Amino acid sequence: MRKLLLTASMLAIAASALPASAETLRWARGADALTLDPHSQNEGTTHTFAHHIYETLVDRDTEGTLTPRLATEWALKDGDDTTWVFTLREGVTFHDGAEFTAEDVVFSLDRARSERSNMRQLHADVESVTAVDDYTVEVKMNGPSPLYPNNLTNTFMMDKTWSEENDVVEVQDYAGGEDNYAVRNTNGTGPYKLVSREVGVRSVLEVNADHWGDAPAVTEIIYTPIADPATRIAALLSGEVDFVQDVPVQDIGRLSETDGISVTNGPENRIIYFGYKMSEEPLTSSDVTDVNPISNPLVREAMALAVDRDAIKEVVMRGNSLPAGVAMPPFVNGWTEELDAYPAPDIERARELMAEAGYENGFTITLDTPNNRYVNDEAISQAVVGMLGQIGIRATLASRPVAQHSPLITSGETEFYLLGWGVPTFDSAYIFNDLIHTKEGNYGAYNPSGYSNTELDEKIQSLGTQTDLEARDATIAEIWAQVQEDRVLLPIHNQLLSYAMQSKFNVEVHPENQPSMADVTISE
Amino acid sequence: MANTQPDLKLAAASEGVVLPPKPPGRLYRMWDSDIFYSWRRSPVTIIASIVVLVIVGAAILAPWIAPYNPFNPASLNLMDGFTPPFSESRMGNYYLLGTDNQGRDVFSTILYGSRVSLFVGFSATVFAMVIGISLGLVAGYQGGTADAVIMRVADVQLSFPAILIALLIFGIARGVIPPSQQEGMAVYVLIIAIGLANWAQFARTVRGATMVERQKDYVSAARIMGVHPIVILARHVLPNVTGPVLVIATIGLALAIIEEATLSFLGVGVPPTQPSLGTLIRIGQQYLFSGEWWILLFPAVTLVLLALSVNLLGDWLRDALNPRLR
Repeated sequence: MRKLLLTASMLAIAASALPASAETLRWARGADALTLDPHSQNEGTTHTFAHHIYETLVDRDTEGTLTPRLATEWALKDGDDTTWVFTLREGVTFHDGAEFTAEDVVFSLDRARSERSNMRQLHADVESVTAVDDYTVEVKMNGPSPLYPNNLTNTFMMDKTWSEENDVVEVQDYAGGEDNYAVRNTNGTGPYKLVSREVGVRSVLEVNADHWGDAPAVTEIIYTPIADPATRIAALLSGEVDFVQDVPVQDIGRLSETDGISVTNGPENRIIYFGYKMSEEPLTSSDVTDVNPISNPLVREAMALAVDRDAIKEVVMRGNSLPAGVAMPPFVNGWTEELDAYPAPDIERARELMAEAGYENGFTITLDTPNNRYVNDEAISQAVVGMLGQIGIRATLASRPVAQHSPLITSGETEFYLLGWGVPTFDSAYIFNDLIHTKEGNYGAYNPSGYSNTELDEKIQSLGTQTDLEARDATIAEIWAQVQEDRVLLPIHNQLLSYAMQSKFNVEVHPENQPSMADVTISE
Repeated sequence: MANTQPDLKLAAASEGVVLPPKPPGRLYRMWDSDIFYSWRRSPVTIIASIVVLVIVGAAILAPWIAPYNPFNPASLNLMDGFTPPFSESRMGNYYLLGTDNQGRDVFSTILYGSRVSLFVGFSATVFAMVIGISLGLVAGYQGGTADAVIMRVADVQLSFPAILIALLIFGIARGVIPPSQQEGMAVYVLIIAIGLANWAQFARTVRGATMVERQKDYVSAARIMGVHPIVILARHVLPNVTGPVLVIATIGLALAIIEEATLSFLGVGVPPTQPSLGTLIRIGQQYLFSGEWWILLFPAVTLVLLALSVNLLGDWLRDALNPRLR
């Protein structure tokens, strides 16, 4: 017995002597990564998790500036403004020991551009990718693309040999329900290696001792998705988890007052907005059956005047939002204070406009909303249903998890919906390409509105290859002016994020909501 | 009543001999019956009945007695949200039990929400009863292949929790109905889903009772006279199996209300703009940590009281109708 105690106390001493070298962080979120195949889903939760295992050529710091990651330098080729040259970091190895070289970059970029990849739109202007030597890669563009490196912050690098050996050269067909080896197995260059993964339940990552960067303070990550917000917070309060990334606004106050728990706040680079069908054909969910009432600009103006953004901020968001007059976060190139000004709600005027449009008695419509994706998404939609009710628009709220909500938007089935749009490139073009441009080909994937303006489409396409940045900014301003005038989108706010954690950890809010546990600092 | 309780009639008749010549009124006879005797003797049952009556009455009269109409989004003021009970809101309105996150009066929402819960629970139980009784009668009377098929299906279904079956049916309905119609049909889908999840209990009980009745002389007599089997089942057998069915129906009603609440709590039930008790509880539990307890507490207490009381009534009915316990 005495011997046992002695052993135990020695073990305890040994354990207490090693706190810095072994730190586990238990991380809880609302949702799990959809897949680990790096190019299969262009989705925030998935990328956040993947950034720990895989790495990208360039990274972005919290200020929004590009920083080197697997590429140490990048520049346009001398005398050729259509070719980007990337110089790769030397001495980087994959988790299985293979060396990271230019052929892996060529393979990964080609994979990300392939038919089934969900990352395609970011590489739409790429013509070809070639390896010049082991550590230099040239990317030939269709035309001048001065901003292309901005598109690379979520495109991960895979090992060519490993991919070929495990038959994952093709990207997983996520929508088709396909599975492949890369969905649950990984071989990246990142700071952590995957130890085990139970989809939707628990994933364990351990530190990669051979990583090229500074050794992270956190040596083991246990990632647990907990869908219910109250359960997530209870797990943090009871000490079952160390870090909760999705903190509901109503719990921020209580958590910051709790001993041993700290909360960090910051704005997210994401706009929350409402979109609607604007074309003339009648809505299927409305009692006005001869024409779409929202195709009338007066109705759209009335809707904009009926929405009280400040009330949503105060009650639904408890102060944690930046009300917005333009569908673009302030981080984005093209944002101005004038564009972002929003009208004071004016129900009287809105009712007059409705009457002028011929809808004194209003009309019905179905509003589709997600209920597990953005901060208080369903509550925002519900509040807007009430506000529109005051001007006679009787909306039925259809609330669904995001997995069922987002296909309604990409398929164009929805007639009135809430969506949040993050802008990883920090440039207006990313918003225009998907939300404003007519739905066709690589463009307009998230534009179910039926809005189609040929002149505007041409301007949007020209942004991809415009080299004179001043003229480009002028075009962006022109496009925004038209979008605002036509009221294509009804912006509500930019969300402020809060992270909560056990006090010894320190995780800063990441503007794209993609914090890296490798950057977490630990204080005793 | 006479059919289900033949011995009761005898007892009443023999009592009549002893009683004074003036025959008692009908109401008095009902009051004096075995069932009401046991009802009067059980204070718990009396309280349960009162609770059920109050909640059902309040739900039916909601449009007249509720101070606000929470189902009309236009009447809501978001700035009134999160008002504590017994106090004035920011906008100067008074709310008895406070308001929820949307500025809805919790008291009015409970009244309207109970309406949804009771309507769904009641309709689903009736739906389950219709299916269960019909199939149970056929299985018990017909026997053979029909019996084997119906009862095996029922057995398979009984081996799953009813809520899973309801979720499955709800999921299928979501897939079949176009998205723009889903919200309008949600209540009916709920009724069908809960009803289909609960029919097996009825079928089982009715089948057992029918098999017993089938052996009896009055059924044989009817059959010999050439009465059509459907008529025999509907006019002769059915009235004699209603006793146990009533008991199951009462307990089934409590179950159906809880199942509706569970589905709405999981977010697959009625639209959030027309909350049932379960939806209110789902909304409320998000605000427990932040101290807005009233959004959860009042609807939850209502649901518990309602389900408990209906269950107690069911228990009492079971004992009252069981001849062995007399």
